[in-house]
Amino acid sequence: MERALNRRQSIRRWRDLVVMLAWRDITIKYKQSVMGFLWAILMPSLVVGAGVAVQYGLGWYSGRQVDARNLAAVAVKSVPWAFFVASLRFATGSLIANATLVTKVYLPREVFPIAAVLSQFADFCVASAALAVVLALTGSGASLTLLWVPVLVAGLVALCLGLGMFLSAGALFFRDVKYLVDVVITFAVFFTPVFYPVEIFGRHAGTALLNPVAPFLVGLADVVVKHQAPSPAWTAYAMGVAAACCAGGFAVFRRLEPLFAERI
Amino acid sequence: MSDYTVEVEGVSKKFRRGELHDSLRDLVPSLVRRALRHGPPPELAAREFWALHDVSFGVRRGEALGVVGGNGAGKSTLLKLLGGILRPTRGAVRVHGRLSALIEVSAGFHPDLTGRENVFLYGTILGMTRQEIRRRFDEIVAFSGLEEFIDTPVKRYSSGMFARLGFSVAAHVDPEVLLVDEVLSVGDVVFQRRCMERMQEVLRQGTAVLFVSHNLRAVTDLCGRALLLERGRLAADGEAVRVVQTYLGHALAGRRDVEGRDAYIVRLAVRGAGGEAASFRSGERAWVDIDVTARTACDRLSITLYAQDENWRGVFDTSTERLGQGTISLRPGEGFHCSVQLDLHLAPGTYQIGAALYRYDIQREYDRWFPAATLFVGADQDVRGIANLYPRVVAFESGTGPV
Repeated sequence: MERALNRRQSIRRWRDLVVMLAWRDITIKYKQSVMGFLWAILMPSLVVGAGVAVQYGLGWYSGRQVDARNLAAVAVKSVPWAFFVASLRFATGSLIANATLVTKVYLPREVFPIAAVLSQFADFCVASAALAVVLALTGSGASLTLLWVPVLVAGLVALCLGLGMFLSAGALFFRDVKYLVDVVITFAVFFTPVFYPVEIFGRHAGTALLNPVAPFLVGLADVVVKHQAPSPAWTAYAMGVAAACCAGGFAVFRRLEPLFAERI
Repeated sequence: MSDYTVEVEGVSKKFRRGELHDSLRDLVPSLVRRALRHGPPPELAAREFWALHDVSFGVRRGEALGVVGGNGAGKSTLLKLLGGILRPTRGAVRVHGRLSALIEVSAGFHPDLTGRENVFLYGTILGMTRQEIRRRFDEIVAFSGLEEFIDTPVKRYSSGMFARLGFSVAAHVDPEVLLVDEVLSVGDVVFQRRCMERMQEVLRQGTAVLFVSHNLRAVTDLCGRALLLERGRLAADGEAVRVVQTYLGHALAGRRDVEGRDAYIVRLAVRGAGGEAASFRSGERAWVDIDVTARTACDRLSITLYAQDENWRGVFDTSTERLGQGTISLRPGEGFHCSVQLDLHLAPGTYQIGAALYRYDIQREYDRWFPAATLFVGADQDVRGIANLYPRVVAFESGTGPV
């Protein structure tokens, strides 16, 4: 009885910690800024804007008509992409940024990368809401396939969490990891079908989709813009990778945790 | 279930001096070296040392255990092992129940957040749920005395205010085990006193407190028992007053060198009415026994006896010559004994006793021994300062003063 109570207590404590740390990160980000939370909308809109500009550029260059649906797809893909990039960056540095807490107070350390992803997820939600309004106004329409959205987003979050756990622990031991992540993420946008449809790869579309983020992005675009179910095989593959990343990330994190305070 | 809240069994912790490899470039060569090396790794590799070595003890419910020792003796390492921040290299640490650590209050604060926001943040970091914090919020703020600044970002706080708010949160976690590492040195006198009172209260509620401090007075005030750590080893475990005395003895007078002195103090001991003692009540009588000897013939010596408080301020000074005893002349190898009776009209505190062997006319100091002994003075009344003037309130009424 007492043990069950203790367990409940510790789960609640753990949950409160994650929430408070995420809340701290969100609050700090927009403190002393005039725009405040509007930045959460503005930043992804800039990314969307860049994507749209690329589309127009490509269209003008190739002489093809720019398709409104294509533009919508770019917007739908770039918002989760921005979330993926930001949460990966933020999670990677989360343990180092909280070094004083890691070395001075005992906490279940996994709360740091989790809170990092969660705080970026809050931004993602704000941006998604704004995007939803725009899509609704432009008559993108609704259908039952939209029920896929939470599933795909959950998969993407799991992927971020898994990678975040792994990378945050890695960066704690070797600061190189942080820079590698920065470099990889900067170039990853060229190898991920964010600003262009995956079909552009033609025969090699399958290779592009091996990148586990791609099926989530493409799937979201399919669901929201084309109102068709995502490819079952690729979705299953991406979900599998996400689950494996999560399991592996947590396992590695747990293994290394006892060394954190000494090696940070 | 054992009756100890905290159990530490044969705990050792190994650390390494110098830099660890911090980038992949350094890691590869070291991995290659490790792969090429034969046989089991040595007990202590180059540059490694024991920050703690084979330390065992237990703490009961409601017990306050002081931990004293010099810098680098392993005190903080011990607390980190107890807190689960570090894992012991050997041995086992068992803590039954919720543990909260008061280690460097500022760690959990964020300068951009307001006092209110930080109370919630730091509270959850220290192990409270948001619900608990909400329930005790007013109490926490009242304790800190920062009601009017609670909605100001803490970056605008003074360092004292910062620490006060931090301590206030930590003091309301209600853990089964509380670790306190040198945090009472912040804040003003009033706040320090409130902290000590709060710790007493926490102890009465059955919490086990581990208290690390260089303020030895605070250790002896709060703790019945203390540990002395010396270079990672447990050098003493017992009654706090005795342990602190041992510590002072080791740290300050341990390496007394009388080589090459013509005359020197052989022994200095403090007695109470019941024999050798270190703990006295204010106003009690004490005797200081001093034995001196000479290697060569020395003339006109006098013995100086003095006392200093914990801030190294002189509180008392006398000499046998000034007391009208005349001077001492010693032949080589001859000894001399002197015993001085003192009435300790001192305020509660820790005092160090020193003695010197001096010849006034040629201003030569033959020997000086300080601190040669430590006195812990307690009083029934709450008086502060250096002297106890035995106050008694003889009138306490209203209506007679000017309007």
